[in-house]
Amino acid sequence: MMGYLSVSLQPRAVNVDLQTDATLQVDISDALSERDKVKFTVHTKSTLPNFKQSEFSVVRQHEEFIWLHDSFVENEDYAGYIIPPAPPRPDFDASREKLQKLGEGEGSMTKEEFTKMKQELEAEYLAIFKKTVAMHEVFLCRVAAHPVLRKDLNFHVFLEYNQDLSVRGKNKKEKLEDFFKNVVKSADGVLVAGVKDVDDFFEHEKTFLLEYHNRVKDASAKSDRMIRSHKSTHTTALLRILLHHYAYYCTTTAPLRILLFFLKVSELFEKTRKIEARVAADEDLKLADLLKYYLRESQAAKDLLYRRGRALVDYENANKALDKARAKNRDVLQAETSQQLCCHKFEKISESAKQELIDFKTRRVAAFRKNLVELAELELKHAKGNLQLLQSCLSVLKGDT
Amino acid sequence: INPQKSSDLPVSSSSTSLPMFRNKTFSVRRRFSDFLGLYEKMSVKSSLHGCVIPPPPEKSVMGMTKVKVGKDDPSSAEFLERRRAALERYLQRVVCHPLLLQDPDVREFLEKEELPRAVNTQALSGAGFLKMINKASDAVNKMTIKMNESDTWFEDKLQEVESEEQQLRKLHAVVDSLVNHRKELCGNTAVFAKSMAMLGNSEDNTALSRALSQLAEVEDKMEQLHQEQAASDFFIFAELLADYIRLLGAVRGCFDQRMRAWQRWQEAQSTLQKKREAEAKLLWANKPDKLQQAKEEITEWEAKVTQYERDFDRIGVTVRKEVLRFEEEKAKDFKGQIVKYLESMLQSQQRLIKFWEAFLPEAKAIA
Repeated sequence: MMGYLSVSLQPRAVNVDLQTDATLQVDISDALSERDKVKFTVHTKSTLPNFKQSEFSVVRQHEEFIWLHDSFVENEDYAGYIIPPAPPRPDFDASREKLQKLGEGEGSMTKEEFTKMKQELEAEYLAIFKKTVAMHEVFLCRVAAHPVLRKDLNFHVFLEYNQDLSVRGKNKKEKLEDFFKNVVKSADGVLVAGVKDVDDFFEHEKTFLLEYHNRVKDASAKSDRMIRSHKSTHTTALLRILLHHYAYYCTTTAPLRILLFFLKVSELFEKTRKIEARVAADEDLKLADLLKYYLRESQAAKDLLYRRGRALVDYENANKALDKARAKNRDVLQAETSQQLCCHKFEKISESAKQELIDFKTRRVAAFRKNLVELAELELKHAKGNLQLLQSCLSVLKGDT
Repeated sequence: INPQKSSDLPVSSSSTSLPMFRNKTFSVRRRFSDFLGLYEKMSVKSSLHGCVIPPPPEKSVMGMTKVKVGKDDPSSAEFLERRRAALERYLQRVVCHPLLLQDPDVREFLEKEELPRAVNTQALSGAGFLKMINKASDAVNKMTIKMNESDTWFEDKLQEVESEEQQLRKLHAVVDSLVNHRKELCGNTAVFAKSMAMLGNSEDNTALSRALSQLAEVEDKMEQLHQEQAASDFFIFAELLADYIRLLGAVRGCFDQRMRAWQRWQEAQSTLQKKREAEAKLLWANKPDKLQQAKEEITEWEAKVTQYERDFDRIGVTVRKEVLRFEEEKAKDFKGQIVKYLESMLQSQQRLIKFWEAFLPEAKAIA
């Protein structure tokens, strides 16, 4: 039913508070949803000498974003930075299924009902689509805003190279390898986390992030569930009740004033239903999406701490090895070099990590503030809208009798 | 007329203020079975034949046992409130009916200190009102003599009533599912509020931490609102629909009564015919003493035929009047309940606004 969908977009996603910088501006100017993939048009404007032109666009798919993200994670030089979390895979399965079911059930409902439901489901599809575009865009913007990552060569290739990057998705073997890597990493992570840090700042951050991440995860899951049931409770049901009763009355010899009464009430419910749908959508955007995003960001921050912890352990082990070598007076030079490398790596990571974590906090507080304020303002706007509708309808209804 | 009542297990009391009663306000205590008994008494009175007699609420065995056992959980409180409201609506409908209000049994029900324990409520309390009506309806339909209606009003009206009953059943199912959805939303909101509070606790920025706790409180209040809205949906809409499904059953009952009156008249006519034939035979056989008896019987049955015809006509008139009155009451009832529902929605929105207005400065204070 949804063959393809193209959408022209509005300014940036709201979950991150980013400074726009004229030297490098990236956005997703267009997107196309086809059968099983989404094609994003990545548009760049830059005054940097690295690029051949000052403004250009390329088409990218989700796998290419993942490739870019993974290349950052695997790059040792970036171990000391919070790597912007990868955007989640576009998932239209649920929405497509619903549209399909609607198509199958077309015969069993009235034309009016069918059109209405179709509009609703299409709007839902569009909303999911806009969200996935926004999340891919935020990823790119975060990279472009980062003083070091924005200079990355892969990033420039991603932005500029106008052919397919041929980064096929992972095959089974690679996926299995990834799985094992993750298992090892989380086991290692537990080990590393157990090591007490001399630095108070990092020790505090470690404890804080662990707890925070878990609670954000919990809050995110529960907000999703709440919003889902909010979506299914709105007064559509009541609206249909009234329409039915009113339609019934039309077939009998009910006086005109009764017909008008039901007509007015069903009009009211049609309007309040639209408002209620918008409330659920806004809560989704301002609350659920915010929590989801910070779930991913806090994971990225945890990963940074893990890398630092790992480097610390390596450094301490190198120290021990050096002591042993000196004691035995064997391979001392080798041990010294190795120790120096580990020391350098650890210190480099620590230095940038501190700043990254402070920036993370600032970004988080700003994003929450923005979204919570907007959430409250929207809730108020909608409630006042509802109130006004109810007041005017009631005054008309009561005045008539 | 202001009937009110408070419910106490298993006894209930009511108070009314009416000009024709001895005192202005008074209250008596009644059992649930007394209400059923009142209905029983009214339904067999020939003076009330053809009238739409409001049916009493269903007796729900499970709900009542829970209450008797003394379980102090919200569902039994809900059950009591539901029953109380249902009994109140029942009485209100009874006293709104001009004929029923005059009825001595009704007066006695409202006024008398002690009522003898009601008997014959088995059919009502056991199978339920609608099953009872349907059984009677089937019996009527099984009778072999079919009526030839000169006026299609009755046939058409009965058709309308039956299809409306179907409609209302469907709608009732929809409202039920709405109530359940809202209860689910309640649960999810409460759970979410708790997890927000936890998140606020672990947030190390003070202002943000406070704002998140405030948000958790707002969500808690929303849960309250949802809870009340669900109650509103239920008590205003679902019960309204359930009441009218049963009331329409009562209306069908009137039509059946008219049928039975017609059948009685027809049977009387055929009996009269037989008696006349018997008399003719006796004239032939020349048995003067039996002849006298036969003549007396004929007179008796002629009177009955006249009486039953008059009864039938009278019921017809009553049914027509009653149906019109019923339809007006129904329209008023639905309108009234819908207005009530809209008003509860309005109050909900006003409270919602208060919650968010209190929260907004907290959110703005985050730094």
